Amino acid sequence: MLQGPGENAGVLDLGDGLAVAFKVESHNHPSAVEPFQGAATGVGGILRDVIAMGARPVALLNGLRFGEPGWKIDRAVAGIGHYGNCVGVPTVGGDTTFDEAYSENCLVNAMCVGLLPVERLMSAKATGEGNLLVLFGATTGRDGIGGASVLASAELSDTDADKRPTVQIGDPFLGKKLIEVSVELTERGLVASLQDCGAAGLASSLSEMASEVGVEVHLDRVPRREEVMEPWEIMISESQERMVAVVRPGFLEAVQAVCDRWELHHAVIGKVTDGGVLRCLWHGEEVGAIPARFLTDDCPRYVITGTPRTPQPLAPTPNLPGDTAATLLALLASPNLCSRGPLFEQYDHIVGSRTVRRPGLDGAILRLRPDTKGLALSLDGTGRTGRLDPFYGGASAIFEAARNVACAGGEPIGFTDGLNFGNPEKGEIAWELQQSIEGLAQAAEALEVPIVSGNVSLYNESNGRALHPTPYVGCVGIVADVRHVPGKWHAGDALFLAGAPGLRFDGSEAQALWGTLSGQPAPLDLTAEAALIHFLWRSAPTLSLAHDAAEGGLGVALAEAALWSGPGCHVDVPLDTLALFGEGGGQAVLAIAPDAVAGLESAAAAAGVPLHRIGTVGGDGVLGVPLTAVRAAWETPL
Amino acid sequence: MREARPRIAVITFPGSLDDRDMCWALGSLGAESIPVWHAEEELPDVGAVVLPGGFSYGDYLRCGAIARFSPVMKAVERFAADGGAVLGTCNGFQILCEAGLLPGILRPNRSLRFICRDTTIRVERADTPFTSRCKPGYLLRLPIKHGEGAWFADPELLAEVEANDQVVFRYTDNPNGAIADVAGVCNREGNVMGLMPHPEHAVDPLLGSGDGALILASLVEAAGVRLGVPA
Repeated sequence: MLQGPGENAGVLDLGDGLAVAFKVESHNHPSAVEPFQGAATGVGGILRDVIAMGARPVALLNGLRFGEPGWKIDRAVAGIGHYGNCVGVPTVGGDTTFDEAYSENCLVNAMCVGLLPVERLMSAKATGEGNLLVLFGATTGRDGIGGASVLASAELSDTDADKRPTVQIGDPFLGKKLIEVSVELTERGLVASLQDCGAAGLASSLSEMASEVGVEVHLDRVPRREEVMEPWEIMISESQERMVAVVRPGFLEAVQAVCDRWELHHAVIGKVTDGGVLRCLWHGEEVGAIPARFLTDDCPRYVITGTPRTPQPLAPTPNLPGDTAATLLALLASPNLCSRGPLFEQYDHIVGSRTVRRPGLDGAILRLRPDTKGLALSLDGTGRTGRLDPFYGGASAIFEAARNVACAGGEPIGFTDGLNFGNPEKGEIAWELQQSIEGLAQAAEALEVPIVSGNVSLYNESNGRALHPTPYVGCVGIVADVRHVPGKWHAGDALFLAGAPGLRFDGSEAQALWGTLSGQPAPLDLTAEAALIHFLWRSAPTLSLAHDAAEGGLGVALAEAALWSGPGCHVDVPLDTLALFGEGGGQAVLAIAPDAVAGLESAAAAAGVPLHRIGTVGGDGVLGVPLTAVRAAWETPL
Repeated sequence: MREARPRIAVITFPGSLDDRDMCWALGSLGAESIPVWHAEEELPDVGAVVLPGGFSYGDYLRCGAIARFSPVMKAVERFAADGGAVLGTCNGFQILCEAGLLPGILRPNRSLRFICRDTTIRVERADTPFTSRCKPGYLLRLPIKHGEGAWFADPELLAEVEANDQVVFRYTDNPNGAIADVAGVCNREGNVMGLMPHPEHAVDPLLGSGDGALILASLVEAAGVRLGVPA
């Protein structure tokens, strides 16, 4: 680990002098008020966090939670495409979930992954008394004033149309130029540190920079969109596409030349001092000064007290609609399980010439050209199960992200987490937060994989009602050789189920469709979960396909594998409705050429992972349902 | 001393996105890619020019409408008038149409949405610097990724383009509503071509398809012939 929590993004060493920087961030409140710009600027913001580390962004993923399909998510998807496509960073994966709990409080979480040579790693902390502060990028205006305070730190209500002016407006063309300038400045070693201007604008970025040294800023020297702005407005404006660099005086001319070439505004707005004070000046007169640590590490802290919720009794079995075929088709046609193709088709997922596996099944795979090593990436969230048991929600978010990466052949090496919760001043929400974090931590510890960065979004409530506690987890894994990863299953392959977790309908997709959210998810065996994940990535080079059985259970996983691959499958062991559509801990569908079966079985035995032969790949149906009907149900809705 | 390779200019406009991928793809096919900044007024000594994809100037105003005024475009016009091969892919196609070097225009997709997916195109002509490695009727699998890629010409212009055999590629699964299924079109002389699909994203089968190499290798060969450097 080169950089853990505390900077703009976490950074891990990939070997051979290469490092990966990544982070997930939320832009929920702005997206609730204005989905297009809210989602677009969410992408812009996370890109800047990664470029501030000295990295070139190479992939985006997004986690979307909305009440139902409709114009809101359509506009959010369009906004993500508007920004991501225009800056030339591929969108390679994500998670889209619909639930009534998000109808007033949508979630838009965006994750960015960047690559950098190890020696180029940057810090946001200013250094070197007398060094200059250079602000470059967009001009500063009145847009987004109070974005973090007015919008993000309060519950939403019916009067929120009035808050639209607090939503920032993104300019992806400027964002693209900002990426190129930042990469060139760090590549050539022209800047001592780099910081993005995100939530709370200069106030936040300068205080983070100043905490160990001191910073003096002349607010009248900030390039502005409107002349008549108050100093405090300049300080907290959240105008997008701005970065602050610390520049040694001797390099100033070279920095200015790079900005000029890309036609970006730039200005020397202050300098690094000592004494740890953030001083603001307006035409030479001091208009504000504060020890910077009061705004960062030594800021006032809330003590929250959790009030545990009484566990519910187990839920009754939901009323499934008749036989296996009817249940499978209804699940596949539901908004949460149907094809995401129409959404992903709106994102450029190939720019950069690294994408080996495009969106559609578990994790995406990027090739680290010219090497044949690769990265596997996934972003996953949990919601309903966390409402029933927030510890379970946190732990299973980690395991699901890691399983998706492992199924793509990646050894998980790091996580980033985005916590989306209600108002933590309420006891129950505080308890959800505590439990969820405990779940995330214990799961990561069981895997022995660090969580290196993250983001917290609180007060996700409307008219007093909170959403499901929703942790999003992004996972980055290393693929030893992208030429040998699970792809598609072939007729004649042996079909296996790996893992044997406890399964229930409590919190499942089946319960969401044909029951009421209630009960308790089956307890997780953390050791077994971790063992399955390690077994999956280690076995991956020998498998023709590996697919995580998650939402919708094993039945839906088999159908998804068939839709992805082409042929159907024959299952020759008896599976009851709980085995087919129940949900719980980790299990994965594996397909492998018959001559490699013995090796897989002995690997599973050595790893202590339950592995059961359940059938053979082939035919034109799944669980007795013709593939044409399966495809029609799955492709129709969105 | 390094062996001489056919030199090809790849122009970067502010907002170009596929320029680096294009340089890499041409390099992998034996060319020496030379990145050229849009503000240059002269081209270096090259055997072909590529205008890559992206969102030049953010696609503000209209795709390609601002980039066509970049200083380098005068030099590109002179290079084309002198018979040099000029390939514009995606946004490069849009810029060449805006510059009047190619017939027609590119309209928003029929779906009014950005589309990123693989398409199949059919080779209509093999006697261009972009298709010498192909035969008429070859089917190539290439990805598209654009919001405004539906080629359009009014009936008179379309008739003229067809009569002159200027359609170089047609979609077999028209993804965007292009008139006459046009995916790629050339000027009357056949030395300037625009193509909406991305050959540079189809030179490595690991990344989906290797079919784009047929187009780019043709261009490398043409550049070599012009420079007297064997490809």
